[in-house]
Amino acid sequence: MTLASMKRKYEPRRVKLGPDGKPIATSAMIASLSAEGYDTVAAPFGHALVEMARKDEKIVGLSADLAKYTDLHIFARAMPDRFHQMGMAEQLLMSAAAGLAREGFNPFATTYAVFAARRAYDFIAMAIAEENLPVKIVCALPGLTTGYGPSHQATEDLAIFRGLPNMTIIDPCDADDIMGMVPQIAAHDGPVYSRLLRGKVPSVLTRHKPDYKFQLGKAQVIRDGQDVLIISTGFMTMRALDAAERLAADRIEAAVLHVPTIKPLDIETILAEARKEGRLVVTAENHSVVGGLGEAVASTLLTNRVTPSFHMIGLPDQFLEAGALPTLHEMYGLSVDRVIEQIKSWL
Amino acid sequence: MPAGRASAASNVSLELRAWNIRRKALLMGEVQGQGYIGQALGIADVLAASYFHALEYRAEDPEWEGRDRFLLSIGHYAIALYAVLMEAGILPEEEYETYGMDDSRMPMSGMASYTPGMEITGGSLGHGLGVAVGMALGLKRKQSPAFVYNLMSDGELGEGSTWEAVMSAVQWKLDNLICLVDFNNQQADGKPTDALAQGEEAKKWEAFGWHAQRVDGNDLEAVVAAFDAARETDHPGPRVIIFDTTMCKGVDFLESREITHFVRVEPDEWAKALAVLEKGKPL
Repeated sequence: MTLASMKRKYEPRRVKLGPDGKPIATSAMIASLSAEGYDTVAAPFGHALVEMARKDEKIVGLSADLAKYTDLHIFARAMPDRFHQMGMAEQLLMSAAAGLAREGFNPFATTYAVFAARRAYDFIAMAIAEENLPVKIVCALPGLTTGYGPSHQATEDLAIFRGLPNMTIIDPCDADDIMGMVPQIAAHDGPVYSRLLRGKVPSVLTRHKPDYKFQLGKAQVIRDGQDVLIISTGFMTMRALDAAERLAADRIEAAVLHVPTIKPLDIETILAEARKEGRLVVTAENHSVVGGLGEAVASTLLTNRVTPSFHMIGLPDQFLEAGALPTLHEMYGLSVDRVIEQIKSWL
Repeated sequence: MPAGRASAASNVSLELRAWNIRRKALLMGEVQGQGYIGQALGIADVLAASYFHALEYRAEDPEWEGRDRFLLSIGHYAIALYAVLMEAGILPEEEYETYGMDDSRMPMSGMASYTPGMEITGGSLGHGLGVAVGMALGLKRKQSPAFVYNLMSDGELGEGSTWEAVMSAVQWKLDNLICLVDFNNQQADGKPTDALAQGEEAKKWEAFGWHAQRVDGNDLEAVVAAFDAARETDHPGPRVIIFDTTMCKGVDFLESREITHFVRVEPDEWAKALAVLEKGKPL
């Protein structure tokens, strides 16, 4: 029985064809983010963690049957006696990580963002965050990085964890951020939730700013510009930088402020940039417009009486469709074309 | 090296320890006019055997690295744990008057950050055993001989997370983990045996690969023997002791109250309960 409130998408649809005339396939789970023109780094998280673990003998790795899909298998192979396969049991994963932290270890626990944020939340809240234990939760498939539909699309994870006291929250843009953040979160004495890009991950930030280095808790201007300020996080910083290059060809100068640490938010830098007059301020995130970077920036600006013209680019407050990632990014406004189009419409 | 179990040097009988725990819990209940006194009276014998027979700890140094870890998964049993922590000298006895008060170190539901000797923040049920698995893994990594004890309730047998941890403890052969289940057959809305605790509990755990015992949790001799067997078995994995206990044990007029998950005690009944207990004081 279908209730009146239930939405159905049963009617036959015409399958879209790609530029080569063939139907566009749903990106496989292991597919990397499309990032044309950038070099990639294979499994930056796994390799950075191995390197860090050689220096910090307290680091242990745990996963709930997703080591291979969170690049933790690199660590598991290099240091098998420091890896715990916890099985398909996310509540246990988080509780056991808490227990290991209580005994003085520095646990890195990986799964998909949906499973950490939704399924294991109470365990992260009470066993880890309430006690401020240094468990590092690193989760693949953030936001819209899979075409599998809502079961795998963590479009509200940042909103969920922002509400949790003690949490440090990171949405890295690329391989540079991931490799830079691993030693810094390893050294952080408290719980961390980080989104993860896995597989072949583009190297974006150092191409645009060769001396870029991830700094925990810091927002950094990657590119300056006098017309627009894009405040972005995660891979949307890559989209923002690509969009800014193309906007420049139309004589629109867009600055990009990259905010990889969502909590604690670098309020000082955000306010300093937003106070520069004459710029449209746009936030861009791979997350629902509810409860993510956009709303965090909006409340920061308003409570500090900074009121530029302001817009948010992000995912709509909906359960998203299944399909190929490029199609979905176009549909939901995360593609470079759509970023440019939206910004131009607000100028 | 530790000097031996706390009980070794004491002339105080376990019966008297259990009685003292009951008395302290009643005094705290009287302070607040309420509390999970039924559970405290029911589990007093198990706690006496835990802290004065089984566990290694140093009262003056509750975070001593060599201690056996005792996790209270059931946060609302805090009143019982405070009583035994006082009896063990980990908490000063006179603090009972602050139980549940603003700024007290002894909140109504147990929290690690408030109370010396309280290893974890319990209360969200089904958490303790998973944390115990992580701690037992950590102790093995450190090659520590310490045990992890997790005290949980029969109601927690209904939480899926409990069974994730049950399976994991077997996977990692955690022979340093001893789970204590208080089976008083009272959860908030009724009997666990009318809800999710169907079937024979000890056999379930055994089927998963645990060394399982089920004993009368108010028979001190049986309780002590079960602790010894759990510690000394050569079973290559985790151990569970399911204790059948009677809510409000030791105070007959409360024992007979039918619904006792959160036992209602009238203001004048605390003194009466203490008087009843006094009559049963062991020699």
